[in-house]
Amino acid sequence: MRHYSRLASLNYSISENFYPLGSCTMKYNPVANEAAAQLPGFAYLHPYQDQATAQGALELMHLLEAALCTVAGVDRVTLQPAAGAHGEWTALRMIQAYHQARGERRDQVLVPDSAHGTNPASAALCGFQVVEVRSGADGRISVADLESKLNQRVAALMLTNPNTLGLFEREILEVAEMVHATGAKLYYDGANLNALMGICRPGDMGFDAVHMNLHKTFTTPHGGGGPGAGPVGVKSDLEPFLPKPTIERRNGHFELDEERPHSIGRVRSFYGNFGMLVRAYTYILAMGGDGLAQASEDAVLAANYLRSRLQGVLDLPHDGPCMHEFVASARNLAEHGVKALDVAKGLLERGYYAPTVYFPLIVPEAVMVEPTETESKATLDAFADTVKEVADLARTDPQRLHAEPVSLPVGRLDEVAAARRPVLRWNAASESPTEAP
Amino acid sequence: MGDRRYTETHEWVEVAGEVATVGITDFAQSQLGDVVFLELPRQGRKLGAGESFGVIESVKAASDLYAPVAGTVLEVNERLAANPELVNKDPLGEGWLIKVQTEGGLPDGLLDQAAYQKLAESGGH
Repeated sequence: MRHYSRLASLNYSISENFYPLGSCTMKYNPVANEAAAQLPGFAYLHPYQDQATAQGALELMHLLEAALCTVAGVDRVTLQPAAGAHGEWTALRMIQAYHQARGERRDQVLVPDSAHGTNPASAALCGFQVVEVRSGADGRISVADLESKLNQRVAALMLTNPNTLGLFEREILEVAEMVHATGAKLYYDGANLNALMGICRPGDMGFDAVHMNLHKTFTTPHGGGGPGAGPVGVKSDLEPFLPKPTIERRNGHFELDEERPHSIGRVRSFYGNFGMLVRAYTYILAMGGDGLAQASEDAVLAANYLRSRLQGVLDLPHDGPCMHEFVASARNLAEHGVKALDVAKGLLERGYYAPTVYFPLIVPEAVMVEPTETESKATLDAFADTVKEVADLARTDPQRLHAEPVSLPVGRLDEVAAARRPVLRWNAASESPTEAP
Repeated sequence: MGDRRYTETHEWVEVAGEVATVGITDFAQSQLGDVVFLELPRQGRKLGAGESFGVIESVKAASDLYAPVAGTVLEVNERLAANPELVNKDPLGEGWLIKVQTEGGLPDGLLDQAAYQKLAESGGH
């Protein structure tokens, strides 16, 4: 027992500590979500049980779909995808089917250079050729570069708004018009939807398909904490292509509709990660529309506060204000031989989870910070003080910083050796790891 | 050996006769950090100028590699499979990536040493 308790105590989690991991939105996981998910009627459902005996579960899915339609400004939502990237892939498959149904062969997908790495990966997995669109000096998509890359071969532009630099794409209406004028679709990577809830909606900005991460925006467990869920919303012209089954209300009953001739098919066994759907719906009900808007406002406020506290401590390559996150750069410490990685390790040593480093790729020595909206000013201040302490150490004693962390269960790992010579098997006979051939 | 030319995506190309040698710049390798894996094209593959011809992975990031010239892949630096660190140690020499039989000479828009230096100093964008 002590062995397992000890392992548990080595864990670092949002329920115990500040977790400023940019781009990942480490939302806290309300206990009320767990209570709802453990209700026997939800927890002990069997996926093969008769629909007539699972009306409550189907109703919850129907209501969650309606709530997500309202938040995102779309007409229908599929709850099947099991993660954000899975949602991207599902949406692109629908867009592909839409173009094919119109007799068009479009084989390119445009992705900005600041995009999440999953965007080009999802497009490539769908068989599209990925074409990169550049960012301008202000950190936003270059409309001129977009224009030069839009043509009849383009199936879709994938965009995150606010983008990965935490900046709102102010030209979004113009971008949407340009994309639609060539017959392409506009896809919303919903990873940053938590900055906009109840304030503005992707559907109103002109996005045709939208994925939403329940494990980010809607507080279901994230990372190792639980399976993800990446529902996808679409405007009506993509609706025929939704994965089947959809959930329909007919004559006061809820039914799974398998009769969808244009559907791209099923993208997940059974009905998605149902337990996550219960948790997300619980959060939405508990917060209400005003509460969701407040959560987004608090996220933006916290990020801007922290950003202003770090002015002069790290480089801030783009003008503020930011949305729910911001990207700083450790390049101001380069003259002392200190990199973003060292700053991250220094923060680990001082009891914090590190921000995301080296992403997005367009900012050298990137340090990407996203404070959870529920954090207090005291927590944000303590973190800002600690970043300053690390930056000061970089100037006065860089050698000490290079050696950190020293008080954690593991010190600096040899990431290069781990990547070049991965040890993939444990050899019990010699009680030592064997190298991969 | 002719002059070395550079792309805005941080590849270099050097042409001798009709054969172009392609690699990534010292600035690129310093930004990437320790290179751990390269995915390079097969011999004989046709490349268009600006076309992605492979992927380079470091502990920090994975990036596409873009062909500075059009042509056919003549030779791939086989040593990199076992020794990707050559790209870090000697990016302009032993860490070259591919040799290309060029078609149609160098395209417009490649940078000379001075122009590339300026780009790198401005942070690479």
